[in-house]
Amino acid sequence: MGFDQYHEPPEELPATTRTFARLCASLTEEAEAIGWYEQRIAVEADHEAKAIMGNAQAEEFKHFCMDLEFLLRRTPLWREIAKGILFTEGEIVELGEEAEEEALEGAEARGEPVAGGTSLGIGNLRGARP
Amino acid sequence: MSHLLREFAPITEASWGLIDDEARERLTPALAARKLIDFAGPHGWERSATNLGRTTAIAAPGDELEAAQRRVLAVVELRAPFTIARSELRDADRGADDVDLAALDEAAHRMATAENRAVFHGWPAAGITGIAEASPHEAMALGETCELYPAHVAKAVERLLRAGVDGPYGLALGPAPYTRVLETTEHGGYPLLNHLRQIVGGPLVWAPGVDGAVVVSQRGGDFLFDAGEDLSIGYDRHDFDTVDLYLVESFTFRVATPEAAVALVP
Repeated sequence: MGFDQYHEPPEELPATTRTFARLCASLTEEAEAIGWYEQRIAVEADHEAKAIMGNAQAEEFKHFCMDLEFLLRRTPLWREIAKGILFTEGEIVELGEEAEEEALEGAEARGEPVAGGTSLGIGNLRGARP
Repeated sequence: MSHLLREFAPITEASWGLIDDEARERLTPALAARKLIDFAGPHGWERSATNLGRTTAIAAPGDELEAAQRRVLAVVELRAPFTIARSELRDADRGADDVDLAALDEAAHRMATAENRAVFHGWPAAGITGIAEASPHEAMALGETCELYPAHVAKAVERLLRAGVDGPYGLALGPAPYTRVLETTEHGGYPLLNHLRQIVGGPLVWAPGVDGAVVVSQRGGDFLFDAGEDLSIGYDRHDFDTVDLYLVESFTFRVATPEAAVALVP
């Protein structure tokens, strides 16, 4: 049995990181399966076989969404960024850049240390202990 | 790479973590203004000005033309340099837990004091008017007699109410009166600190850089701090023995409602 989702010795990883890595691997597998079904459906002539594979592909997509939602629930900053990109209209790259900027500003203002951020992350102290 | 050039410093990731944590620990208790006023941003190092929404009429470039120039409040950069011995950082990497970061502690105090001072008493060279200077209410004397502080603060609150500024309020106390308040209990042993908190209905904060005390509205929208780059640590230079770093931030501050504060002078 392989443990390919781990880049580091699993025994050194905290349980939350192992779970996170499993779901990342699951997300990858679902995305691959969606792509494979898309190709199989494209070349299949039998309508009944196509329908079955279409149904299976939809299942994989549902699992993909569930994996994604799990990961976003554990990464509030990514969730904020995703909110600015998913289910929107307009230029996707632009929306992504704007969503990232706003989410980072919000996180820094709340005093949350931000990966890749350069400040001390102190920000707004209203409500902090006097 | 950011303008802070941290990657060029001869400092390990672990020591950077130690330095950043120490700075946060020293700055947070002293940043009184941020505990009482509205904070926007940080908008980043590239931010150069805050929009004031106002214009100044200027000479038009031709007949039958009108011209105006936008007015903005230029962002100021505040920087506090400090030096750390490289031997101390090497000891930190070995696991020492008594690393000498006194110079960083002093820089953090200078920085927080300067930020508080700019907000509460202004910074003319930067075009910043402080809360105490902007207030149209006549300044009241705080004095050194702690027993009278509740009466003084209550009077300040009453002035704000008369001006239509609803509570809760916050109280920024300079270091000397803050210490006096901490040391004082009223009849029955009730701490003066708690009594003052009850009067203002909001936070009471230790405010290095503040002369006397300032009672400020906490309803929001009255005092606006606009951060460009939030407090950060950058790298300047190093030699064989020491590394020169600095604390830096960029910001503007403006008072939107001058009548929402009352100053109590020492």
